[in-house]
Amino acid sequence: MSDLIQLLTTDGVRVEDPDVAFAPDAALLAEHGDEAGVLRAMLRDMTLVRRFDNEATALQRHGELGLWPPSLGQEAAQIGAGRALAAHDFVFPSYREHGVAWCRGVELVDLLGLFRGSDHVGWDPAEKGYAPASIVIGAHALHAVGYALGVLHDGAVGTGDAARDTAVLACFGDGATSQGDVNEAMVFAASYNVPVVFFVQNNHWAISEPLTRQTRIPLVQRASGFGFPGYRVDGNDVLATYAVVQRALEHARSGQGPVLVEAVTYRMGAHTTTDDPTRYRTDDELEVWRRRDPIDRLAKHLRATGAADDAWFAALEAEVEAFGTDVRTRCHAMPEPSALASFDETYVEITPTLAAQRAEVEALLALDETAEVAR
Amino acid sequence: MTTLTLAKALNAGLRRAMEGDDKVVLLGEDIGRLGGVFRITEGLQKDFGEQRVLDTPLAESGIVGTAIGLALRGYRPVVEIQFDGFVYPAYDQIVCQVAKMRTRSGGQWKLPIVIRIPYGGGIGAVEHHSESPEAQFAHTPGLKVVTCSNPVDGYWMLQQAIAHDDPVIFLEPKRLYHSMKAELDPALEPGPLFASRVVRSGTDATLIAYGPTVQTALAAADQAAEEGRSLEVIDLRTISPLDLAPVAASVRRTGRAIVVHEAHVSFGVGAEVAAAITEECFHSLEAPVLRVCGYDTPYPLSRVEHEWLPTVDRVLDAVDRAVAF
Repeated sequence: MSDLIQLLTTDGVRVEDPDVAFAPDAALLAEHGDEAGVLRAMLRDMTLVRRFDNEATALQRHGELGLWPPSLGQEAAQIGAGRALAAHDFVFPSYREHGVAWCRGVELVDLLGLFRGSDHVGWDPAEKGYAPASIVIGAHALHAVGYALGVLHDGAVGTGDAARDTAVLACFGDGATSQGDVNEAMVFAASYNVPVVFFVQNNHWAISEPLTRQTRIPLVQRASGFGFPGYRVDGNDVLATYAVVQRALEHARSGQGPVLVEAVTYRMGAHTTTDDPTRYRTDDELEVWRRRDPIDRLAKHLRATGAADDAWFAALEAEVEAFGTDVRTRCHAMPEPSALASFDETYVEITPTLAAQRAEVEALLALDETAEVAR
Repeated sequence: MTTLTLAKALNAGLRRAMEGDDKVVLLGEDIGRLGGVFRITEGLQKDFGEQRVLDTPLAESGIVGTAIGLALRGYRPVVEIQFDGFVYPAYDQIVCQVAKMRTRSGGQWKLPIVIRIPYGGGIGAVEHHSESPEAQFAHTPGLKVVTCSNPVDGYWMLQQAIAHDDPVIFLEPKRLYHSMKAELDPALEPGPLFASRVVRSGTDATLIAYGPTVQTALAAADQAAEEGRSLEVIDLRTISPLDLAPVAASVRRTGRAIVVHEAHVSFGVGAEVAAAITEECFHSLEAPVLRVCGYDTPYPLSRVEHEWLPTVDRVLDAVDRAVAF
């Protein structure tokens, strides 16, 4: 179970795996016509997300964001997992899952609000099936398990009705696997046999700490200690990641309980824009992973098989360029938050103490406004 | 009308909440077949099943984090923390997750979670079994903190906390679980949850207590009365938010206030109440607001815990000092 599942080599050649095959679900096939169409769509997904991520890094450099956690290099893991989800599944992300957010229909520019200090969350979590970012490492793995326990108690697993059976995806990284909460989440998930998939993006670095500081065995092997299956997949291979997560989600939805997926990938960028990876890792290591780039290998495959021609790539490039400009423009145009919002969002029923504080701030704001008008 | 201990009243409150709303689920260690180490959930798993009353793995952070996920799925989880001192493994989940999740969702999510914690000392226990952590949670925006001092309040306040849409830390004075009895009329309409209450009228000084120390304050008032001194006693009931109107009204009449709690004195609820009284009633005060509380040490050995806990004598001594000021 520590073998790496791969369906597309770094040279863009399709290979077989004895257990897992790439078989896009009916909805994806219907949307994109055929398998080649699905692959083109996945390449488009990854390319748009990478452009967005680069834009966000640039926006931080220009002072438009306080901070940005780049997803560069992890696009295949995130799009593969994201496209395997059903509309009614639910995702508990950390803060780097930009590609999964994209697959959930979250407007990527809405991910910026948190890092710009404009809003906490720019979408309706219930509508998108996508929770707000979780920044305390691994804490949300438990929320995913609790949600999945609710799904189980609602009878929304193992009915055989694809529109009803539901899985929950908990996304976190290799660093998070050391957290007590992640381990407790796995104990609870196993104990109650809930429909959750623990999706670990092993990107090899927890800020400056290498994978070897977190574990001396492949992370996937932890699954057997908790008593559920695990898969180790090439996280830079979107076909393999899709296939493995699809299988894991199906396992969960059918009532067979939790699954761990270790997607082996690499954080090509910094941990966040405040980080300096040159202090702790080498160019040689980066070069190795650059050759495993998730976008390059799918592009090679599509060109080699004739599934996409120059005209298609040119159109994609134009779309991506316009997309980047749009992200920039919309980021600049994000409205300023109200200083009163946090008073209104702390409780369902505001307390008298807080209401009095709110009134105080409201009066101060009114004074500021009067002074502004007078000036 | 039935006579119930605090433990039975809380049990009856849980039962009624579960009958009234099938989204109410209980989670905790040993709460199923055993009925909890204090038997507060006795018989509930038998009657409501294993999906409504969940024995959990032994991990407090896991229990609270799982409750959050259940709440997000539309359930109303009621968590039992086995003992006060065992709540700290769940501290991040309570303070960073439960408390902040509504804000994090931009006000879109609500978390109707009740975290029940047996608290307080006086039971001759070992370390971690006699603590009073209320200030830790009252200091945290996003949480509400209440405590009952008697079976009637226990019955009603627990149901009200479960029906409330914000997360509530529900503190239960464990030494009264089986020792305190009261007549309960389930047909009565309870007063509001977040309200303090004058439980004994008086004119010379105001004793402000909650949870286990309400009994101490009432006993002190009895003894003071024999000496010709009239003490008013207020049961705070709600710690966050504080309901200061009854406190201020009382102190304006008596001119003297003494806060009594088991938690460590420094940076505690007493300090907050004293500051608020000073802001509200400065010109009515005849003496500084005094505090009779636990000391600033970890909870002591059980053989000397009565030297540490607020006693009737310590309360009366504070009254003397306030009157003599």
